[in-house]
Amino acid sequence: MGKTAVEKVFSKKSHTDSYAGDYVVADVDYVMVNDITGPIAVDAFNSIGNAPVRDKIVIIPDHFVPPKDIKSAIQYRKVKDFALNNGIENFFDIGNGGVCHQVMMEKGFAAPGRLIAGADSHTNTYGALSSISVGIGSTEAGVIFATGKMWFKVPETIKININGKLKKGVEGKDVALKVLSITGHDGATYKCMEFSGTAISSLPVNERMTIANMTTEAGAKCSFFDTDDKTIEYLNKRVRGDYEIVKSDADAHYESIINIDADDIEPSVAVPNSPANVKPLSEVRVEIDQAYIGSCTNGRIEDIRKAAEILKGRKINKRVRLMVVPASQEVYNQALREGLIDIIVNAGGYFSGTTCGACLGGYMGVLGPGEVCISSTNRNFIGRMGDKTSKVYLANPSVVAASAILGRIASPEEI
Amino acid sequence: MNDRITGNVWVLGDDIDTDQIIPARYLVTSDEKELAKHFMEYTDPELAGKIKPGDVIIAGKNFGSGSSREHAVLTIKGLGISCVIAESFARIFFRNAINLGMPLIEAKINANSGDKISIDFNDSVILINNKKYTFKKYPDFLKNIINAGGLINYVREYKW
Ligand code: SF4
Repeated sequence: MGKTAVEKVFSKKSHTDSYAGDYVVADVDYVMVNDITGPIAVDAFNSIGNAPVRDKIVIIPDHFVPPKDIKSAIQYRKVKDFALNNGIENFFDIGNGGVCHQVMMEKGFAAPGRLIAGADSHTNTYGALSSISVGIGSTEAGVIFATGKMWFKVPETIKININGKLKKGVEGKDVALKVLSITGHDGATYKCMEFSGTAISSLPVNERMTIANMTTEAGAKCSFFDTDDKTIEYLNKRVRGDYEIVKSDADAHYESIINIDADDIEPSVAVPNSPANVKPLSEVRVEIDQAYIGSCTNGRIEDIRKAAEILKGRKINKRVRLMVVPASQEVYNQALREGLIDIIVNAGGYFSGTTCGACLGGYMGVLGPGEVCISSTNRNFIGRMGDKTSKVYLANPSVVAASAILGRIASPEEI
Repeated sequence: MNDRITGNVWVLGDDIDTDQIIPARYLVTSDEKELAKHFMEYTDPELAGKIKPGDVIIAGKNFGSGSSREHAVLTIKGLGISCVIAESFARIFFRNAINLGMPLIEAKINANSGDKISIDFNDSVILINNKKYTFKKYPDFLKNIINAGGLINYVREYKW
């Protein structure tokens, strides 16, 4: 019987002939931790007592850096010391890093056929570059530091075919929300979500990353997109080392197949308190206090360009604070070169250095009681961005920018 | 892992995500006892104070969804919870619990907070309110990790 891409990667990395449902111990190509998950991984690693598998370890502080308080400074220091004392080359400190997932992709760790484990739930994102990348916990990350291996259950795959031409105003985010509206927030638990179809191949790599990123919200273990010219163009500029292209066999077994007509996808908003609670943008008109553009979901240069295009020569609404937070230092530098920061601050927006910050209610834009935020991020759980009575609506970055101008959730077409 | 557990149950609903179990702003520590103080703080600020060591959590669908924070399991361990039963678990929460040697059971149980429960892992039987439920045994691979007391001990023992 044929195999899915994810079955092939797990077979190869575990040196077994494995199918969905099998437990394997597999060689991991890279293991990534951040400043939240790293300290526990370091403790786990230390308690094993092996030498570190240096080349596989990637450390990217991002959640609470630059440190927001003394305790977060201590956590950050712990992973930094671990990196410096153990000669970990792949340590991306403040000034050279960013949100961990963006850094994993732009610094060339993510590539086709690789098995990557990241101690952060949105590790699923690198499926956009045909990696099998899965979110894990901290203790197991520490075990990979020490052994280079981890146990996995080979997942079933759900195939999602999206064919046709996407409507004007529909971005990767809207595709992701459409898929979530079908699967619900646990419909893909333990599974791989494999995307294909003409609408998917028409999307640029950055929008595929948004879709891959949000498979986490359906409970998925990983995502997978086929490698095409656009993938290779992205990789050519960045990738480290060799990679091997994998593809599902024509006779592979899929747990289920979802077919979506591109014509049925509209600009959308996920309303509180679930990313799967999706409504057409045209039906949501809520006044907002904060507009947030950033995160591993939609904080890339293309997203900031879209926002700047809408904000250019305009002023944001008085009731709104607009936060634009690039997903990495590289994105920041590019935005600076292109004059996008100028446009955003002239419109009255606040443009900050890169961090996870407010995406998880950490700092730099935390919501107070009853405040409402339209956000380009991936989660709108209760209290996700601040007080438990605050509310988060999720949308694409163009919608967030338009909403900042009108002071309520709005379509770019209204500008 | 003990083969038998008895304790009081605390019943929670569906979709208890990791932000509810332990809000992100407390992730500045990984001290179990410190984290435990803030368990479910947004939903029921008094709950953490009422839970006693050995108690059992019974939840609905998709328990532990959201982030990869191992702090969610540490918080529950810090409370001294001996087992979490849920209709289903989110993936990374499931991994984290197994890797930290925390027993989980997938089962749909009707109960109210305060009910007494007894769990027999050898026979895979749960007794509560004079009702008997059975649950699926772990695959051997996972059982060995839990029995070793978690992944670190397991890796030491089996020398990956
Ligand atoms: S940007 Fe938000 S979702 Fe992405 S890794 Fe950071 S906290 Fe998590």
